[in-house]
Amino acid sequence: MAEKTTQKLDEVTIRFAGDSGDGMQLTGTQFTNTTAILGNDLSTLPDYPAEIRAPQGTLFGVSGFQIHFGSTEINTPGDACDVLVAMNAAALKVNLRSLVDGGAIIVNTEGFNDRNLKLAGYQSNPLKDSSLSKYQVFEVDISKLTALALQDLNLSSKIADRSKNFFALGMMYWMYNRPVEPTVKWIQSKFSSKPEIMEANTRVLKAGWSYGETTEIFKVRYQVAAAKLPPGRYRNITGNQAAAWGLMAAAKKAKLELFLGSYPITPASDILHELSMYKHFGVKTFQAEDEIAGITSALGASFAGALGVTTTSGPGVALKTEALGLAVMVELPIVVCNIQRGGPSTGLPTKTEQADLLQALYGRNGEAPIPVIASSTPADCFDVAFEACRIALKYMTPVMFLSDGYLGNGSEPWLIPDFNKLPDISPKFRTEKDGFLPYLRDEATLSRPWAIPGTPGLEHRIGGLEKQHLTGNVNYEPQNHEFMVKLRTEKIERIANEIPPAEVEGDKKGDVLVVGWGSTYGAIKTAVERHRQKGNSVAHLHLKYLNPLPKNVGEILYNFKHVLVPEMNLGQLIKVLRAKYLVPAIGLNKVQGLPFMAVEIEKKIDEILKG
Amino acid sequence: MSTLVDDLLNQTRTAEQAKYTSKDFQSDQDVRWCPGCGDYSILAQTQRVMPDLGIPKHKVVFVSGIGCSSRFPYYMDTYGFHSIHGRATAIASGIKMARPDLSVWVVTGDGDGMSIGGNHLIHLLRRNLNIKVLLFNNQIYGLTKGQYSPTSELGKVTKSTPYGSIDYPFNPASLALGASSTFVARTMDRDPKHLQAILKRAADHRGTAFVEVYQNCNVFNDGAFFQFTEKESKDDNVVFLEDGKPLVFGKERDKGIRLNGFSPEVVSLKDGKWSVNDLLVHNEKDTTLSFILADMTYKPSLPRPVGIFLAINRPTYEEEMTRQISFAKEKRGEGDMSKLLNSGETWVIN
Ligand SMILES: Cc1ncc(C[n+]2csc(CCOP(=O)(O)OP(=O)(O)O)c2C)c(N)n1
Ligand code: SF4
Ligand SMILES: [Mg+2]
Repeated sequence: MAEKTTQKLDEVTIRFAGDSGDGMQLTGTQFTNTTAILGNDLSTLPDYPAEIRAPQGTLFGVSGFQIHFGSTEINTPGDACDVLVAMNAAALKVNLRSLVDGGAIIVNTEGFNDRNLKLAGYQSNPLKDSSLSKYQVFEVDISKLTALALQDLNLSSKIADRSKNFFALGMMYWMYNRPVEPTVKWIQSKFSSKPEIMEANTRVLKAGWSYGETTEIFKVRYQVAAAKLPPGRYRNITGNQAAAWGLMAAAKKAKLELFLGSYPITPASDILHELSMYKHFGVKTFQAEDEIAGITSALGASFAGALGVTTTSGPGVALKTEALGLAVMVELPIVVCNIQRGGPSTGLPTKTEQADLLQALYGRNGEAPIPVIASSTPADCFDVAFEACRIALKYMTPVMFLSDGYLGNGSEPWLIPDFNKLPDISPKFRTEKDGFLPYLRDEATLSRPWAIPGTPGLEHRIGGLEKQHLTGNVNYEPQNHEFMVKLRTEKIERIANEIPPAEVEGDKKGDVLVVGWGSTYGAIKTAVERHRQKGNSVAHLHLKYLNPLPKNVGEILYNFKHVLVPEMNLGQLIKVLRAKYLVPAIGLNKVQGLPFMAVEIEKKIDEILKG
Repeated sequence: MSTLVDDLLNQTRTAEQAKYTSKDFQSDQDVRWCPGCGDYSILAQTQRVMPDLGIPKHKVVFVSGIGCSSRFPYYMDTYGFHSIHGRATAIASGIKMARPDLSVWVVTGDGDGMSIGGNHLIHLLRRNLNIKVLLFNNQIYGLTKGQYSPTSELGKVTKSTPYGSIDYPFNPASLALGASSTFVARTMDRDPKHLQAILKRAADHRGTAFVEVYQNCNVFNDGAFFQFTEKESKDDNVVFLEDGKPLVFGKERDKGIRLNGFSPEVVSLKDGKWSVNDLLVHNEKDTTLSFILADMTYKPSLPRPVGIFLAINRPTYEEEMTRQISFAKEKRGEGDMSKLLNSGETWVIN
């Protein structure tokens, strides 16, 4: 056996890359789950093409999965990767630019045959010329080793070759000292109906691990200790799963039936899939004929006394716009989840962006304010989905919950909350006949009573035409209209009376305040921390409530010399802040379908500090 | 298997043996249709029929879209939702799925239901939720003051078609049948008895009931259906479909419909060549026949078929939904949120 040394690492970033048919998302997810179980903190970035099975070996068919994990706090999937696993030439070509200088490349040599090189547009084989000289390159004939491991199984070579991602996974498990057992367990349950595939994948996984152990190629193994996370029980969770569970938890705590009306769209469909599994929780999921039916069926369900929810992405929100206005007018609770993607139009379906903020805030006809809240990390989607439901029920209003593709598909360890300690958010249905008026409002919240069909004596009519104050009857009087427009607006503004004040991470006063919202949280936090370690006066404000904004935002902004607003759009939050607080905020904008790297924000802060 | 939903519905029907009159279904709002509008009659017949259905009125919901016809819910003293253009069927679907115990009615227009809301309509019909759809067909856009609609006849001159319409019209009955509706009927505002009978049948149907009501818009399309509704012309131009009966029509009941191959044709019962025994006999359960009958609609040589084209049974969507939920609960036990949060791979950090 070859002589091996073990080296300790605080953190490392690995990127798995291959053809979209190579199973890279699965490989990455398995590596992630095993890593989570070991107690590392982590953050992931799946990066896959919009095409389901793009032609093999092509550049646009490359699918990648990046994981950043460590024994320290991890807030981003990593600006660049330390290790790149490339299953073919195209995967290398596409991903090389995200590898650090001196980083490691582990390649499947079979993926660099003439055909693959040509498809990837290489004039000469990068493994043979000196173009990779600044990296450590490990050449492994993964395809051949996989075939060898399976030679007595009598599988077609095509089927056998499909297991090769497990070889790569096994090797990486060896290299980073992770056990194969969790994945073996997973393979057994996943392929229980296909014993020969189960056997093949298990064997190849173990073969990959043993290869690491015996080969001369790898001389070093790495040890990444568990992170010092707050005590408690953890699980790994993606943003979309967290959102689904947050909605379910809210329905339970509201003692309402959860009704989801939804039309499939990337990257939101996983919430529909997830919720569809929980019929035994009484969850009703309805795959509607389009997004309009998705939201209107949810609104109908809400009228009938359920917690109505609809999930979608930007193009779907565009279609739901008119119904959102109706929900504002009839003042019924619904939650609209927008898992944003690159736009406009069909845009970049599988890539991330946060360019729907202004659509969420203002994208309706007439004066139609709605609460808008955004999650900042995958696990945070649970809390924010729950909060969206709470606000909707308490204020009888549609609420927009903003997440994005990066949060929805990305994952992180999550300290599992104690369900019993979540607040009771159950609404009171109106049943009292005496004094009932459909638009008689609660004095504190200004919300109207929820009187559901089936309640004797409370028969009433609602609709999209302007309402008379109190009675809810159709009314076109000028004074009444203005009064109602203002009342609906005030109802939403009053939410600011109860939401927690915004909190600054870092000094309360200083040179630069970096203001963000949504999935830029990790990158901003990392960049700000790096500056603070250098002794610079930099702080971070991350906004969860985007409408209404917490009452103290203005105060916070005025305490800093400069305000920097990084956004994955051309400057949307910044417009709101400038208009509302008249601050000369500076934008940092990225619209590449990819999250910010911490270093990009770090550099911009540098520039501002230098003046 | 469908007992759960049955129970809910039966509760609805029998829980309160409420004795209503049509007045109990009149809301306190002034009715604001143009004087003489056909909508008045449809409203009156609906209010007349409701007491006979045995459903407590707090269990009844009327949902509409936008249009003159869609103002209907404001005038019914039940629960009501006047929504947005074309979406009533989708809103009603959400209501029915959330609460299968409610009696849900949709009122829509030819534009609301078949133009902007055409998609939701066909999907409701195929899903077969137990919802009653009343489509007021006046072959015109009333509320927006007289543009042609998806049922306006070819050549129709309106504000938006000064040279005549070149849009071939939908035949609502054929459209509904094509969308696999389990109940399809046609009736007329000016035939109160027939209208009431059809409304009752629709209410009794278990599944989506699609009822096209010919409705006179006396302001923008006056007399569009007069040849079928007025005394002088009605008998010779309408054939009423009655289950199990031959298709006879005419002032003297001296004409009938016979099938020549698959094509219906008018025959005389007077000249001795044909007798009642040769005529087509209606069967509400025959899907193939329903298409043939609906297809008579725009044929100038044939009388207009009015009545129930099809009434068949198929499990309703909400029954199946309820069944799946109880099946899942039986198999996996009532869902427990704490357990779910802690399920799968978890680990403890001390
Ligand atoms: C989104 C939207 N587009 C257009 C309109 C304008 N509009 C209101 S009613 C209507 C047509 C109604 O025709 P129909 O459904 O036949 O009802 P009728 O008035 O004839 O009863 C139109 C186009 C609207 N209210 N909303
Ligand atoms: S415009 Fe026509 S359909 Fe509308 S209320 Fe007047 S008569 Fe009736
Ligand atoms: Mg009309």
